[in-house]
Amino acid sequence: MTKKIKNLNLNFGPQHPAAHGVLRLILELDGEVVEKADPHIGLLHRGTEKLIENKTYMQAVPYFDRLDYVAPMNQEHAFALAVEKILKIDVPIRAQYIRVIFCEIGRILSHILNVTTQAMDVGALTPTLWGFEEREKLMGFYERVSGSRLHANYFRAGGVHQDLPQGLEEDLAEFCESFPKIINDLESLLTDNRIFKQRNVDIGVVTKQDALNYSFSGVMIRGSGVPWDLRKSQPYDCYENLDFKIPVGKNGDCYDRYLCRIEEMKESISIIKQCLSKMEKGPIKSLDGKISPPPKKEIKQSMEALIHHFKLFTEGYRVPKDEIYTAVEAPKGEFGVYLISDGSSKPYKCKIRAPGFSHLQSMDYLIKGHMLADVPAVLGSLDIVFGEVDR
Amino acid sequence: MKNLEDLEKKINSELTTKINKTEIKHNQIYLETGKDHLVDICLFLKTNNQTKFRQLIDITVVDYPERNQRFDVVYLFLSHEFNQRLILKYSISENEVIPSLTSIFPSSNWMEREVFDMYGVSFKDHPDLRRILTDYGFEGHPLRKDFPLTGHTEVRYSEDEKKVINEPVKLEQNFRNFDYESPWEGTKYIKDEIESNDKKN
Repeated sequence: MTKKIKNLNLNFGPQHPAAHGVLRLILELDGEVVEKADPHIGLLHRGTEKLIENKTYMQAVPYFDRLDYVAPMNQEHAFALAVEKILKIDVPIRAQYIRVIFCEIGRILSHILNVTTQAMDVGALTPTLWGFEEREKLMGFYERVSGSRLHANYFRAGGVHQDLPQGLEEDLAEFCESFPKIINDLESLLTDNRIFKQRNVDIGVVTKQDALNYSFSGVMIRGSGVPWDLRKSQPYDCYENLDFKIPVGKNGDCYDRYLCRIEEMKESISIIKQCLSKMEKGPIKSLDGKISPPPKKEIKQSMEALIHHFKLFTEGYRVPKDEIYTAVEAPKGEFGVYLISDGSSKPYKCKIRAPGFSHLQSMDYLIKGHMLADVPAVLGSLDIVFGEVDR
Repeated sequence: MKNLEDLEKKINSELTTKINKTEIKHNQIYLETGKDHLVDICLFLKTNNQTKFRQLIDITVVDYPERNQRFDVVYLFLSHEFNQRLILKYSISENEVIPSLTSIFPSSNWMEREVFDMYGVSFKDHPDLRRILTDYGFEGHPLRKDFPLTGHTEVRYSEDEKKVINEPVKLEQNFRNFDYESPWEGTKYIKDEIESNDKKN
């Protein structure tokens, strides 16, 4: 007599701590082996692109914070660059350094969150506690410069909103000295940890070819041995003047991606240090009154400044008719903005290319044939944040 | 191909009949074509040794409701080898079905689902064309220009029926779209002066 065995369908999420947000993953299980994974996304869909079409260019910036909310300023950067290229305006050198510093802080924020929660998904609690203490400090820097810990709304087309407050540069330098020790501590907990390695080595292997086919970018493609980083290959702002390395993995598994992230954090620290030493005093946003609002002090005295201020905050600036795609190397991969302007003060179309969307798409390919327990490990190393996947 | 001009020539000579227009702008190359040649062009761009656009970055649609051919379908490609980006574009009318790229680029699967969900453009030979971002049972295509920003329905928990229900949107205050755009462009003689100064510099 033969016994008929039916595959089991399992709902993973949307309320599961290891789903990293609101992911509903429908798994088809044969015993403990995953046969098929079907991610259902969109539970956090807010229609960001539609909203941006109805706002002026300046009002659109805060929406970018809410995409990948663990590294907000990196997204703003892509939008600012797109608008700047269409407007053909130059960014003052100090603003470029400030933007790079805060993008690298964003990268560290995101990588700390990812590395430590990935560790927690496979059973280690301590790294989270240690890592989040550092995130707290970094968000403190965000707050000091922009007024909020997460949704900064700090980058503008043509520069940044405000100059760094007094003392921030010194505190950043101090952080750069103390943080490498924390990375070493994290590494001493994880890198040679037997359990961590058992759960991550040879799990979720991505070959070079598949990394290209599935539109991977960022750590997902570098972990598979493709040395591709937009900061090096298509440098924007002042990345050309900075000296940094691109860590590349060998095997393309979860463990290699973890190592890449750790190394990238060290590189980010070195980038911030270089920026701090190279930065000089100067303007922090474009001096064109038609694009950046005047300082408060001037409004009280100058009629022209008052008019500019009024026009900028009601109508906004107009962007000539054009079409452009710009991408930045966000912590999670290539984050791009495809912008179509029609000469008015609102974008006609703003398509956001989120790295997580392509990464999550490959879930079925990555997890097929793995055990159920590997799902959180793979999901953790994909570095998914639903703000940007669902948009 | 190392530089964009050579690439443009190469594409023009290889795909003469299939390409309507090429342009280099913002350090990227823009191609315009028709939907019949899409698969051929993508295969060429991906496999040819001198183009090697092996990564599909994104697919999207731009809606121009006033046009006869309402939608522009846009494909963004990236070549790691030559460090170049290419934007491929073609227009279709509202109910046209376009070919799917899933056989060439596996990553186009979700991107096409998103386009289908947001704009209602259908793809031929797509393995799994379902809605992706909107709710189960959603109606309409939200990124079309004629879809209202506030949507048609809102969701709430009904205490009477003990379940979540959909209702037509009721706004306490109408959505106000202030038109601040001033038609005033500045006096002509000032504009002329500014332009002539720009030219001098």
